[in-house]
Amino acid sequence: MTRMTRALALAGAMMVAGSAYAQPVKLGALTITSPWVRPTPPGAPSAAGYLNIVNHGSVTDRLVGATTPDAASVQVHEMSMTSNGVMKMRPVPGGLAIPPGKTVALAPGGYHLMIIGPTQEFKAGESVPVTLIFKHAGKVAVSFPVANGPAKPAGAMGAMPGMTMGAMPGKAPAKP
Amino acid sequence: MNRRIFMGAGVVAAAALVGVGEYLMISRTEPPTPLTGGVGGAFRLIDDNGKPFTNRDLLGKPAMIYFGYTFCPEVCPTTLTHMSAWLHALGPEAGKLRAVFVTIDPARDTAVKMKEYLSGFDPNIIGLTGTPAEIATIARDYKVYYKKVPIPGGSYTMDHSSFIYLMTAKGDLAGLIDYGEPDTKAMAAIRRLLRS
Repeated sequence: MTRMTRALALAGAMMVAGSAYAQPVKLGALTITSPWVRPTPPGAPSAAGYLNIVNHGSVTDRLVGATTPDAASVQVHEMSMTSNGVMKMRPVPGGLAIPPGKTVALAPGGYHLMIIGPTQEFKAGESVPVTLIFKHAGKVAVSFPVANGPAKPAGAMGAMPGMTMGAMPGKAPAKP
Repeated sequence: MNRRIFMGAGVVAAAALVGVGEYLMISRTEPPTPLTGGVGGAFRLIDDNGKPFTNRDLLGKPAMIYFGYTFCPEVCPTTLTHMSAWLHALGPEAGKLRAVFVTIDPARDTAVKMKEYLSGFDPNIIGLTGTPAEIATIARDYKVYYKKVPIPGGSYTMDHSSFIYLMTAKGDLAGLIDYGEPDTKAMAAIRRLLRS
Protein backbone atom coordinates (compact mmCIF):
# COMPACT_ATOMS: atom_id res chain seq x y z
CA MET A 1 0.00 0.00 0.00
CA THR A 2 1.45 3.38 -0.87
CA ARG A 3 1.80 6.06 1.74
CA MET A 4 -0.94 8.11 0.08
CA THR A 5 -3.50 5.33 0.04
CA ARG A 6 -2.53 4.46 3.57
CA ALA A 7 -3.10 8.07 4.62
CA LEU A 8 -6.49 8.05 2.87
CA ALA A 9 -7.42 4.72 4.44
CA LEU A 10 -6.49 6.07 7.82
CA ALA A 11 -8.46 9.26 7.24
CA GLY A 12 -11.47 7.12 6.30
CA ALA A 13 -11.02 4.95 9.35
CA MET A 14 -10.88 8.09 11.49
CA MET A 15 -14.18 9.34 10.09
CA VAL A 16 -15.80 6.00 10.90
CA ALA A 17 -14.17 5.33 14.22
CA GLY A 18 -13.97 8.91 15.44
CA SER A 19 -10.38 8.62 16.54
CA ALA A 20 -8.43 5.78 15.04
CA TYR A 21 -5.23 7.61 16.03
CA ALA A 22 -5.91 7.52 19.73
CA GLN A 23 -7.18 3.92 19.87
CA PRO A 24 -5.00 1.92 22.30
CA VAL A 25 -3.49 -1.28 20.89
CA LYS A 26 -3.59 -4.36 23.14
CA LEU A 27 -1.12 -7.24 23.06
CA GLY A 28 -1.43 -9.77 25.88
CA ALA A 29 -0.83 -7.93 29.14
CA LEU A 30 0.42 -4.82 27.33
CA THR A 31 -1.47 -1.76 26.11
CA ILE A 32 0.19 0.66 23.69
CA THR A 33 -1.06 4.25 23.54
CA SER A 34 -0.16 7.59 21.95
CA PRO A 35 2.24 6.46 19.22
CA TRP A 36 3.73 9.24 17.09
CA VAL A 37 6.69 9.88 14.84
CA ARG A 38 8.39 13.23 14.49
CA PRO A 39 8.25 14.71 10.96
CA THR A 40 11.65 14.49 9.28
CA PRO A 41 13.58 17.26 7.54
CA PRO A 42 14.23 16.57 3.83
CA GLY A 43 16.72 13.74 3.35
CA ALA A 44 17.01 13.12 7.10
CA PRO A 45 18.86 9.84 7.68
CA SER A 46 16.94 9.10 10.89
CA ALA A 47 13.65 9.73 12.69
CA ALA A 48 12.34 9.34 16.24
CA GLY A 49 9.23 7.42 17.30
CA TYR A 50 7.44 7.74 20.64
CA LEU A 51 4.73 5.80 22.51
CA ASN A 52 3.52 4.73 25.95
CA ILE A 53 3.46 1.08 27.01
CA VAL A 54 1.36 -0.10 29.97
CA ASN A 55 2.03 -3.52 31.53
CA HIS A 56 -1.13 -4.89 33.20
CA GLY A 57 0.50 -8.26 33.81
CA SER A 58 2.53 -9.70 36.66
CA VAL A 59 5.91 -10.14 34.97
CA THR A 60 8.37 -7.73 33.38
CA ASP A 61 8.32 -7.68 29.58
CA ARG A 62 10.91 -6.07 27.32
CA LEU A 63 10.62 -4.02 24.15
CA VAL A 64 13.51 -5.61 22.29
CA GLY A 65 13.10 -4.10 18.86
CA ALA A 66 10.84 -3.00 16.04
CA THR A 67 10.60 -3.09 12.27
CA THR A 68 8.97 -0.95 9.60
CA PRO A 69 8.83 -1.23 5.81
CA ASP A 70 9.41 2.56 5.72
CA ALA A 71 13.00 2.46 7.04
CA ALA A 72 16.12 0.32 6.98
CA SER A 73 15.99 -0.54 10.69
CA VAL A 74 14.61 0.46 14.08
CA GLN A 75 16.41 0.37 17.44
CA VAL A 76 15.37 1.26 20.98
CA HIS A 77 17.56 4.16 22.15
CA GLU A 78 17.88 6.37 25.18
CA MET A 79 18.80 10.03 24.90
CA SER A 80 20.42 11.77 27.82
CA MET A 81 21.97 15.15 28.52
CA THR A 82 24.96 15.62 30.80
CA SER A 83 25.17 18.54 33.23
CA ASN A 84 27.58 20.30 30.85
CA GLY A 85 25.17 20.12 27.93
CA VAL A 86 26.50 17.10 26.05
CA MET A 87 23.73 15.12 24.32
CA LYS A 88 24.19 11.36 24.18
CA MET A 89 22.21 8.60 22.49
CA ARG A 90 22.70 4.95 23.28
CA PRO A 91 20.94 1.70 22.33
CA VAL A 92 19.14 0.22 25.37
CA PRO A 93 21.04 -3.02 26.09
CA GLY A 94 18.80 -6.08 26.25
CA GLY A 95 15.73 -4.05 25.38
CA LEU A 96 13.58 -1.63 27.38
CA ALA A 97 12.09 -3.18 30.55
CA ILE A 98 8.32 -2.77 30.97
CA PRO A 99 7.78 -3.67 34.66
CA PRO A 100 4.41 -5.06 35.79
CA GLY A 101 1.90 -2.43 36.88
CA LYS A 102 3.92 0.37 35.27
CA THR A 103 3.61 2.65 32.26
CA VAL A 104 6.85 3.24 30.38
CA ALA A 105 6.95 6.34 28.22
CA LEU A 106 9.10 6.67 25.13
CA ALA A 107 9.08 10.45 24.95
CA PRO A 108 11.26 13.40 23.87
CA GLY A 109 14.28 13.75 26.14
CA GLY A 110 14.43 10.03 27.01
CA TYR A 111 13.67 6.70 25.39
CA HIS A 112 12.71 6.63 21.71
CA LEU A 113 12.53 4.37 18.70
CA MET A 114 15.55 5.30 16.59
CA ILE A 115 14.26 4.84 13.05
CA ILE A 116 17.32 4.51 10.83
CA GLY A 117 17.28 5.19 7.10
CA PRO A 118 13.70 6.29 6.37
CA THR A 119 12.86 5.39 2.77
CA GLN A 120 11.17 8.77 2.34
CA GLU A 121 10.39 11.98 4.22
CA PHE A 122 7.91 11.51 7.10
CA LYS A 123 5.34 14.27 6.63
CA ALA A 124 2.81 15.45 9.21
CA GLY A 125 -0.62 13.90 8.60
CA GLU A 126 0.80 10.65 7.24
CA SER A 127 1.53 7.54 9.26
CA VAL A 128 4.29 4.97 9.58
CA PRO A 129 3.42 1.29 10.14
CA VAL A 130 5.66 -0.17 12.86
CA THR A 131 5.80 -3.71 14.24
CA LEU A 132 6.89 -3.66 17.88
CA ILE A 133 8.69 -6.76 19.19
CA PHE A 134 8.40 -7.73 22.86
CA LYS A 135 10.36 -10.51 24.56
CA HIS A 136 7.27 -12.19 26.07
CA ALA A 137 4.17 -10.69 24.46
CA GLY A 138 5.49 -11.12 20.91
CA LYS A 139 4.82 -8.82 17.96
CA VAL A 140 2.16 -6.20 17.34
CA ALA A 141 1.51 -3.81 14.45
CA VAL A 142 0.96 -0.18 15.44
CA SER A 143 0.30 2.77 13.14
CA PHE A 144 2.44 5.77 14.16
CA PRO A 145 0.93 9.08 12.99
CA VAL A 146 3.51 11.64 11.86
CA ALA A 147 2.99 14.71 14.02
CA ASN A 148 4.73 17.25 16.24
CA GLY A 149 3.40 15.54 19.35
CA PRO A 150 1.06 12.77 20.50
CA ALA A 151 -2.47 12.83 19.06
CA LYS A 152 -5.18 14.33 21.25
CA PRO A 153 -7.56 11.71 22.63
CA ALA A 154 -11.29 11.42 21.84
CA GLY A 155 -11.52 12.35 18.19
CA ALA A 156 -9.33 15.46 18.26
CA MET A 157 -7.02 15.87 15.29
CA GLY A 158 -3.26 15.76 15.69
CA ALA A 159 -1.04 18.16 13.80
CA MET A 160 -2.63 19.43 10.58
CA PRO A 161 -1.27 18.00 7.35
CA GLY A 162 1.06 20.22 5.39
CA MET A 163 2.89 21.70 8.37
CA THR A 164 6.61 21.76 7.90
CA MET A 165 9.30 21.42 10.50
CA GLY A 166 10.41 25.00 10.03
CA ALA A 167 6.97 26.53 10.16
CA MET A 168 5.65 24.64 13.14
CA PRO A 169 8.07 24.17 15.99
CA GLY A 170 7.55 21.06 18.07
CA LYS A 171 6.94 21.54 21.73
CA ALA A 172 10.27 22.15 23.42
CA PRO A 173 11.22 19.26 25.66
CA ALA A 174 11.57 20.00 29.33
CA LYS A 175 14.97 21.41 30.14
CA PRO A 176 17.08 18.54 31.44
CA MET B 1 30.60 4.75 68.46
CA ASN B 2 34.11 4.30 67.10
CA ARG B 3 32.69 2.00 64.50
CA ARG B 4 30.19 4.66 63.42
CA ILE B 5 32.90 7.31 63.09
CA PHE B 6 35.01 4.87 61.11
CA MET B 7 32.12 4.10 58.76
CA GLY B 8 31.35 7.79 58.42
CA ALA B 9 34.98 8.50 57.47
CA GLY B 10 34.85 5.65 54.97
CA VAL B 11 31.75 7.12 53.31
CA VAL B 12 33.39 10.55 53.11
CA ALA B 13 36.58 9.07 51.64
CA ALA B 14 34.59 7.03 49.10
CA ALA B 15 32.58 10.10 48.11
CA ALA B 16 35.80 12.09 47.69
CA LEU B 17 37.27 9.35 45.48
CA VAL B 18 34.14 9.18 43.36
CA GLY B 19 34.19 12.97 43.11
CA VAL B 20 37.82 13.06 42.00
CA GLY B 21 37.27 10.21 39.55
CA GLU B 22 34.29 11.96 38.06
CA TYR B 23 36.21 15.24 37.81
CA LEU B 24 39.14 13.54 36.05
CA MET B 25 36.79 11.73 33.70
CA ILE B 26 34.96 14.90 32.75
CA SER B 27 38.10 17.02 32.45
CA ARG B 28 39.76 14.43 30.26
CA THR B 29 36.94 13.71 27.87
CA GLU B 30 34.70 16.77 27.92
CA PRO B 31 35.69 20.40 27.59
CA PRO B 32 34.98 23.01 30.25
CA THR B 33 32.01 25.27 29.69
CA PRO B 34 32.62 27.63 26.75
CA LEU B 35 31.74 30.52 29.07
CA THR B 36 35.16 30.30 30.75
CA GLY B 37 38.00 31.70 28.71
CA GLY B 38 36.09 32.61 25.54
CA VAL B 39 35.75 30.76 22.27
CA GLY B 40 36.53 31.25 18.60
CA GLY B 41 39.49 31.26 16.27
CA ALA B 42 40.45 30.93 12.64
CA PHE B 43 38.64 28.27 10.63
CA ARG B 44 38.20 27.36 7.01
CA LEU B 45 35.08 25.38 6.05
CA ILE B 46 32.64 25.16 3.14
CA ASP B 47 28.99 26.21 3.18
CA ASP B 48 26.05 24.14 1.96
CA ASN B 49 26.57 25.50 -1.56
CA GLY B 50 30.14 24.18 -1.52
CA LYS B 51 31.66 27.69 -1.27
CA PRO B 52 34.49 28.53 1.16
CA PHE B 53 33.36 29.99 4.49
CA THR B 54 35.92 31.21 7.02
CA ASN B 55 35.88 32.89 10.43
CA ARG B 56 36.04 36.24 8.58
CA ASP B 57 32.64 35.51 7.01
CA LEU B 58 31.14 35.51 10.52
CA LEU B 59 32.23 39.08 11.29
CA GLY B 60 30.19 42.24 10.76
CA LYS B 61 26.94 40.76 12.06
CA PRO B 62 26.07 38.95 15.27
CA ALA B 63 25.61 35.23 14.82
CA MET B 64 23.97 32.23 16.43
CA ILE B 65 25.93 29.04 15.83
CA TYR B 66 24.79 25.49 16.47
CA PHE B 67 26.93 22.36 16.22
CA GLY B 68 25.05 19.13 15.39
CA TYR B 69 24.54 16.47 12.72
CA THR B 70 21.79 15.32 10.39
CA PHE B 71 21.64 11.70 11.67
CA CYS B 72 20.38 13.15 15.00
CA PRO B 73 16.65 12.30 15.33
CA GLU B 74 15.60 14.66 18.09
CA VAL B 75 17.88 17.33 19.54
CA CYS B 76 19.23 18.74 16.26
CA PRO B 77 15.97 18.97 14.29
CA THR B 78 14.27 20.40 17.41
CA THR B 79 16.99 23.03 17.82
CA LEU B 80 16.91 23.95 14.12
CA THR B 81 13.11 24.17 14.31
CA HIS B 82 13.40 26.59 17.21
CA MET B 83 16.11 28.62 15.47
CA SER B 84 13.77 28.83 12.45
CA ALA B 85 10.89 30.00 14.65
CA TRP B 86 13.08 32.68 16.29
CA LEU B 87 14.25 33.95 12.90
CA HIS B 88 10.62 34.05 11.76
CA ALA B 89 9.63 35.96 14.92
CA LEU B 90 12.39 38.52 14.28
CA GLY B 91 10.76 39.44 10.95
CA PRO B 92 12.90 41.90 8.93
CA GLU B 93 15.44 42.01 11.78
CA ALA B 94 16.39 38.40 10.97
CA GLY B 95 18.61 39.82 8.22
CA LYS B 96 20.82 41.43 10.89
CA LEU B 97 21.66 38.03 12.39
CA ARG B 98 23.67 35.15 10.94
CA ALA B 99 22.37 31.67 11.73
CA VAL B 100 24.81 28.82 11.25
CA PHE B 101 24.59 25.03 11.59
CA VAL B 102 28.04 23.39 11.75
CA THR B 103 28.16 19.61 11.40
CA ILE B 104 30.31 17.59 13.80
CA ASP B 105 29.79 14.54 11.54
CA PRO B 106 31.59 15.61 8.33
CA ALA B 107 31.97 12.00 7.14
CA ARG B 108 28.22 11.81 6.50
CA ASP B 109 27.23 15.49 6.29
CA THR B 110 28.49 16.64 2.91
CA ALA B 111 27.59 20.10 1.59
CA VAL B 112 24.92 18.49 -0.61
CA LYS B 113 23.44 16.59 2.35
CA MET B 114 23.44 19.75 4.50
CA LYS B 115 21.69 21.76 1.78
CA GLU B 116 18.96 19.15 1.34
CA TYR B 117 18.44 18.83 5.11
CA LEU B 118 18.38 22.58 5.73
CA SER B 119 15.75 23.06 2.99
CA GLY B 120 13.28 22.00 5.70
CA PHE B 121 14.21 24.98 7.91
CA ASP B 122 14.51 28.77 7.72
CA PRO B 123 16.37 29.70 4.50
CA ASN B 124 18.68 32.05 6.46
CA ILE B 125 20.38 29.12 8.19
CA ILE B 126 23.80 28.45 6.65
CA GLY B 127 25.15 24.90 6.80
CA LEU B 128 28.90 24.41 7.25
CA THR B 129 31.00 21.29 6.77
CA GLY B 130 34.63 20.47 6.05
CA THR B 131 37.26 17.80 6.39
CA PRO B 132 37.42 15.93 9.72
CA ALA B 133 40.55 17.98 10.57
CA GLU B 134 38.83 21.28 9.75
CA ILE B 135 35.82 20.34 11.88
CA ALA B 136 38.16 19.28 14.70
CA THR B 137 39.76 22.73 14.60
CA ILE B 138 36.53 24.72 14.89
CA ALA B 139 35.19 22.31 17.52
CA ARG B 140 38.35 22.72 19.60
CA ASP B 141 38.27 26.51 19.34
CA TYR B 142 34.57 26.69 20.25
CA LYS B 143 35.02 24.09 23.03
CA VAL B 144 32.51 21.80 21.38
CA TYR B 145 32.61 18.22 22.60
CA TYR B 146 31.84 15.51 20.05
CA LYS B 147 32.49 11.81 19.90
CA LYS B 148 31.56 9.01 17.51
CA VAL B 149 29.65 6.15 19.19
CA PRO B 150 29.05 2.93 17.20
CA ILE B 151 25.56 1.39 17.33
CA PRO B 152 24.45 -2.11 16.24
CA GLY B 153 24.20 -2.58 12.48
CA GLY B 154 27.43 -0.77 11.62
CA SER B 155 26.13 2.77 11.98
CA TYR B 156 26.99 5.35 14.65
CA THR B 157 25.58 8.27 16.60
CA MET B 158 27.48 11.31 17.85
CA ASP B 159 27.66 12.56 21.42
CA HIS B 160 27.86 16.34 21.14
CA SER B 161 27.52 19.66 22.96
CA SER B 162 24.00 20.99 22.51
CA PHE B 163 24.38 24.75 23.10
CA ILE B 164 23.64 27.53 20.64
CA TYR B 165 26.50 30.05 20.68
CA LEU B 166 25.60 33.72 20.50
CA MET B 167 28.51 35.62 18.95
CA THR B 168 28.93 39.40 18.59
CA ALA B 169 29.68 41.09 15.25
CA LYS B 170 33.32 41.24 16.38
CA GLY B 171 33.46 37.50 16.97
CA ASP B 172 33.27 37.43 20.77
CA LEU B 173 31.06 35.03 22.71
CA ALA B 174 28.03 36.92 24.05
CA GLY B 175 26.26 33.94 25.61
CA LEU B 176 24.82 30.47 25.17
CA ILE B 177 21.30 29.20 24.66
CA ASP B 178 20.81 25.81 26.34
CA TYR B 179 18.82 23.01 24.75
CA GLY B 180 15.18 23.34 25.79
CA GLU B 181 15.51 27.02 26.76
CA PRO B 182 12.04 28.60 26.64
CA ASP B 183 11.41 30.61 23.47
CA THR B 184 10.82 33.86 25.41
CA LYS B 185 14.20 33.60 27.14
CA ALA B 186 15.98 32.68 23.91
CA MET B 187 14.32 35.56 22.03
CA ALA B 188 15.31 38.02 24.78
CA ALA B 189 18.94 36.86 24.49
CA ILE B 190 18.85 37.21 20.69
CA ARG B 191 17.33 40.70 20.86
CA ARG B 192 20.01 41.71 23.39
CA LEU B 193 22.64 40.37 21.01
CA LEU B 194 21.19 42.38 18.12
CA ARG B 195 21.35 45.58 20.21
CA SER B 196 24.96 44.94 21.31
